[in-house]
Amino acid sequence: MDDVILKVEGITKTFPGVKALDDVSFDIRRGEVHALVGENGAGKSTLMKALAGLHKPDQGQIIYQGAPTEVTGPLDARQKGILLIHQELSLSPELSVAENIYLGAWPTNRFGVLKKRELRRNASAALQALGCGFGPDVRVGTLSVAMQQMVEIARAEAFRANVVIFDEPTASLTDTEKEQLFHTIRGLKARGVGIVYISHKMDEIFDITDRITVLRDGKVQGTVETAATDLNQVTRMMIGRTLDAYFVKAKAEFGEEVLRVDGLSKQGLFRDVSFSVREGEVLGLYGLVGAGRSEVVETVFGVRKADGGKITWKGGEIDLPTPRQSIDMGMALVPESRKEQGLVLMMGGRENTSLPHLRLFSELSIMNRSRELATFEKYRSALSIKTTGPDQAVSQLSGGNQQKFVLAKWLCADPKLIILDEPTRGIDVGSKSAIHELIADLAEQGLAVIVISSEMPEVLGVSHRVLTMSEGAIVAEFEGDDMTEENLIDAVSHHRGEAAA
Amino acid sequence: MGQTINGVLRRHGLILAFLVFLGGVAFNAPSFLTPGNILDVLRQVSITGVMALGVTFVVLTGRLDLSVGSLLTLLTVIVVDQHNFAGPFPAIVMTLLAGLAVGAVNGLLVGFIGLNALIVTLAMLSFLQGLVLFYSGGANVNVANAQETWFAVFGRGDFLGIPVPVILFLVAAIIAGLVLQFTSFGRRVYGVGGNETASIFSGIDARWTVFWTYVVSGFTTGLAAIIMGSRVMGAQNTIGQGYELTVLAGVILGGTSLLGGSGSIWRTVIGISMLGFIQNGLLLLGFPYYVQWLVTWAVIIIAVWIDLGAKRGRIFA
Repeated sequence: MDDVILKVEGITKTFPGVKALDDVSFDIRRGEVHALVGENGAGKSTLMKALAGLHKPDQGQIIYQGAPTEVTGPLDARQKGILLIHQELSLSPELSVAENIYLGAWPTNRFGVLKKRELRRNASAALQALGCGFGPDVRVGTLSVAMQQMVEIARAEAFRANVVIFDEPTASLTDTEKEQLFHTIRGLKARGVGIVYISHKMDEIFDITDRITVLRDGKVQGTVETAATDLNQVTRMMIGRTLDAYFVKAKAEFGEEVLRVDGLSKQGLFRDVSFSVREGEVLGLYGLVGAGRSEVVETVFGVRKADGGKITWKGGEIDLPTPRQSIDMGMALVPESRKEQGLVLMMGGRENTSLPHLRLFSELSIMNRSRELATFEKYRSALSIKTTGPDQAVSQLSGGNQQKFVLAKWLCADPKLIILDEPTRGIDVGSKSAIHELIADLAEQGLAVIVISSEMPEVLGVSHRVLTMSEGAIVAEFEGDDMTEENLIDAVSHHRGEAAA
Repeated sequence: MGQTINGVLRRHGLILAFLVFLGGVAFNAPSFLTPGNILDVLRQVSITGVMALGVTFVVLTGRLDLSVGSLLTLLTVIVVDQHNFAGPFPAIVMTLLAGLAVGAVNGLLVGFIGLNALIVTLAMLSFLQGLVLFYSGGANVNVANAQETWFAVFGRGDFLGIPVPVILFLVAAIIAGLVLQFTSFGRRVYGVGGNETASIFSGIDARWTVFWTYVVSGFTTGLAAIIMGSRVMGAQNTIGQGYELTVLAGVILGGTSLLGGSGSIWRTVIGISMLGFIQNGLLLLGFPYYVQWLVTWAVIIIAVWIDLGAKRGRIFA
């Protein structure tokens, strides 16, 4: 059967201390959607980078269209017909859609002058084939994330790609946008394109893919037909065990009120936000991306300045705090983006852990290294963080392990309130449930917890009470039996409908 | 780690090239590696070296200080002039205070107002050039009683056969190195340079951190001016011209990244010393003194190139 378009044979790639890929083999057929799943650090990204020519494998070969092929870089890959669509889009916001589609491979005449008309014509054809609602001359920076993704996919048309690799394509899409994306993927599939689909979201995997290949610790655990398997089997292959209880909810025993926010407002971001949270309580904050959830907690924490509003901490009204004051009071914020806001990537786990509490880890400004090391070791074993040592740069760790260091840096100073902004975004199933358990533990120890999430099962699963936010305002509050997916969707969408009318 | 093997090779390549250069110069100019000449080089290096210590703090936050050259001029004029007017001790105190003040102004503009460091310190370079001429009226100043004053010890003295400026440089380097490696201030500097947003989310006041690095830079330039004034026993209005780039070249030649967050004092000590030996070697080979500007160019380009290469290596990992 020769419908295999691309075949990977025995690829091995070693980084110091880690065998990222160990004798990996799998194949992609024409017109199939092939899922690649595995926990963070399982080797998915490394494999994709090898296909796109960003990594040179130590051993093994890539057989493309029946012949052994060496891919020398992303542009080479694209010209050969292998297209990688990154998790973080690789577009140039100041350039037009057409220029972005052909980024780095613009048609030029023999004097190096851009052939604008040809560029526009080809780009426009590619956009039409995908049914995009925008033209080739629009500046990419003005498009939404979903539209920008379409620009990347248009490259598949423009370069007549045979293989398209999607890396977490739905991470920042709404449900409608996701449906459109799936429609596009089905279109590519019908044209005979082989598609690799990397995602952590199992419902999507089962929705759109034909086969699933599972990676664990750099090795292929197996390839299965999607129709012939189920979530349980795939999960077992991924983590080597089944997940019985996905969510653990802390016992509902609440103490004193820790934080109360009254009428907090910030021009253009959110208005008149009020809520409170008690000791031992997990408060969920649900809303779509852009609803203003992160902005609210960042303002409470003091990273942003509010225009107005009142904050009460343990019964006493306080001025809007700076981050330093918030931390010293016992507030902790695990931010949305661990790489940009959570960690200093070139520092090790030891220095990252002590960073918010330098005063606690020093005497007369002299750092106490042994205290730092003791804390590092304590959290390394408590959270089972995989790292080679206290000074291994956290940039070298997987997303789940990085996130655990962000947690360690806040937990080590015994906070009274911990705010978790998308604590499980982009991390593997195993680390995810470890973090859910941790949330329950912390609440039972008497901490007040606020969890922000765009994943509805997560926010419903861990919280005692859920607030829904839409367009900068809190629109509803649910407790007990009212905490259902339908109610949350109603609250968010009803409000959006109202605002539009 | 594997990604940096490439970087290590490059780094060793640089040191290898340096050793070959040393050998070549020593072969052609036998006086090059004599103790006398080595001490001369170190004496020369001590002034740029002390300045480079402070500039290292600034560069570690991912910012620049190009004002140090004309600040050196201003402070040297001040220390020499005030030596005549108020005596050595008050002159030293005033010089250091003036250095702190200029550092504080830079720190305010860059750290608190958030203006671009390159522009702010380049503008300060121009401002101080003008200020020097206002202060001196365009005349050169000289220490009146050069033969008698104890002020001579900083630039001309010896202790156990080692020039005092070299000792001052090394002591200052040790103190600066300890501050960066072992204090919470040092940690803030690395934090802000490594990831300013994450540092702010960790409750670190990046504005104050940046402010203090400029103050440190002003202070070390004050120390350098004292050594300079004492060595020359006078000051022309151009005495520190071009020093800002020599200092920057030394810092990045040592391997401290212009992007901030990685680097150290000992790297700066090595970088600035290598630069000193290269320039001295070229003079001994018979090149005119102004060849040093060409060398500075080459060193900056090569060092920045290597820095970029190391960063790229990391991106691909």
